[in-house]
Amino acid sequence: MRTLGYVAVNVFRESVRDKVLYNLVVFAVLLMAASYLIGQLTAGQDIKIIKDLGLAAIATFGLMIAVFIGIGLVWKEVERRSIYGLLSKPISRAQFIVGKYAGLVLTLAVNMAVMVGAWYAVLGYMGATVSPAARAAWVAPATDPTMLKAVILIFVELMLVTAVALFFSTFSSPFLSAGLTVGLWVIGHFNADLRNFEAVVESPAAAWLARGLYYLLPNFSAFDVKYQVVHALPVPVAYLASTAAYGAAYIALLLVAAVAVFSRRDFK
Amino acid sequence: MTTVALAALLSAVVGLQILREGSAPLQSGEAGLLYVRSPEAMKRMALSYGPLLADLYWIRAIQHYGDTRRSTEAVKSYALLYPLLDLTTSLDPLFNVAYTFGAIFLAEPAPGGPGRPDQAILLLQKGLKVQPDNWRLLQSLGFVYYWWHEDYRTAAYWFDQAAKRPGAPIWMAPLAAVTLAQGGNRAASRQMWQHVAQTESDEWFRNEAARRLRQLDALDQMDALNRLLAEYRSRTGGPAAGWPDLVRAGLLRGMPLDPNGLPYRIEGDAAALDPASRLLPLPNPARLR
Repeated sequence: MRTLGYVAVNVFRESVRDKVLYNLVVFAVLLMAASYLIGQLTAGQDIKIIKDLGLAAIATFGLMIAVFIGIGLVWKEVERRSIYGLLSKPISRAQFIVGKYAGLVLTLAVNMAVMVGAWYAVLGYMGATVSPAARAAWVAPATDPTMLKAVILIFVELMLVTAVALFFSTFSSPFLSAGLTVGLWVIGHFNADLRNFEAVVESPAAAWLARGLYYLLPNFSAFDVKYQVVHALPVPVAYLASTAAYGAAYIALLLVAAVAVFSRRDFK
Repeated sequence: MTTVALAALLSAVVGLQILREGSAPLQSGEAGLLYVRSPEAMKRMALSYGPLLADLYWIRAIQHYGDTRRSTEAVKSYALLYPLLDLTTSLDPLFNVAYTFGAIFLAEPAPGGPGRPDQAILLLQKGLKVQPDNWRLLQSLGFVYYWWHEDYRTAAYWFDQAAKRPGAPIWMAPLAAVTLAQGGNRAASRQMWQHVAQTESDEWFRNEAARRLRQLDALDQMDALNRLLAEYRSRTGGPAAGWPDLVRAGLLRGMPLDPNGLPYRIEGDAAALDPASRLLPLPNPARLR
């Protein structure tokens, strides 16, 4: 456990050294500039748009970090040949993989916590500066805490994306890993279509294959409740729990697979 | 050395941009393009960014409406307005302001809008499919029938439907009754817009209601001025050349101003608004007595 912690903290430090957290500055500037400009452009819909924009930006920045750092986690060590030094120490390959994963998840968590804090601060400021009449028309308060449900599911989704990127990075080049991860993320948003494929094809075999893929591929669309929280629609705790459990199970599957692939790799 | 080079290049970039600004713009065939018009296709392409894309299309719709309205072109084309609103409300079916504002934009006659109350009705009915209990959408539908179709029976039906929905203001039921009994009556119209001006939470809607009330004031004032012009004609046997004639005849105390402060004109022996007035186009005076 301790070894795992060392690897994880090292990944976090490396990402700080690599100036990954600079994206926070971009995020803060984007939100503050948008909150000012959007008020002039959107005919009274500024709060809704800042909510949409904040959630989309948190998801997008997180996705970029998860993909572009995730794909290099293993590859960089192999490319720099530092993997030899690492594996000669008392550290198993499984600890190496899981530690690397935990480190990136820690980076994402810190990143997201700061972004969410900044987002709520901007919303709080906007909420405090509008007239009571305009506030009365909102479907939910500016700093509605139920929006954190969407943030939680975005975080689980990013953890899953990181696991996918890490899995691909154990056996392929960064370019290919990035393509495969992003491709899987896109396909994962069309999952509902795979489920209803029999409605558009006549072949039972094709429908059966699509149904199989629906269950096998990660269902990324399930983690998207941004629309619901912005419009104050209910997101039951049971949905939150079952979706998070689904994400956790898939992450475990990918990590086990990544460890299995990495354990078989010959670095000679 | 590097700093100097960077500063020089930056100045060059800014300078060239300023220079370019002064040159005549290139000719363009269309005012704007909408690459994807199918809401279904856009919904799929949006992945998890549907609501954000809806916001962007909403901003585009407002800009398209505003830019076209302000343009100096002889014939103003609002061709992209309905497709943009359709995309907005398909990507975010609960984007209520897009339905209600959109209906106002679409129904407004030329040159202030495309003059398409049929599209306004289509947009509001699309919203009602998703939210059949939304009294604001029902009220907006009633407005379109009342104001632009002059179909007071249908307008009263929709106001009545709105009154029955949860959260509807208490004045909605009397409004339905007044519309049915006295549709086309200027006092009934005034009552309707006064309710909106006093109770609407959105500033834009309140301003719009205030503009409609000023239009009704202008219609009242123009009626009064026309009576004075008729009086002048019967006294002198000829039409007035201008308002000073009426002042000299003791019928007016000074230059008559419209509710926005612009002087009225005399056109064909009748009072008229200045062509620059923001109250134009006025509702048909013949139908609002």
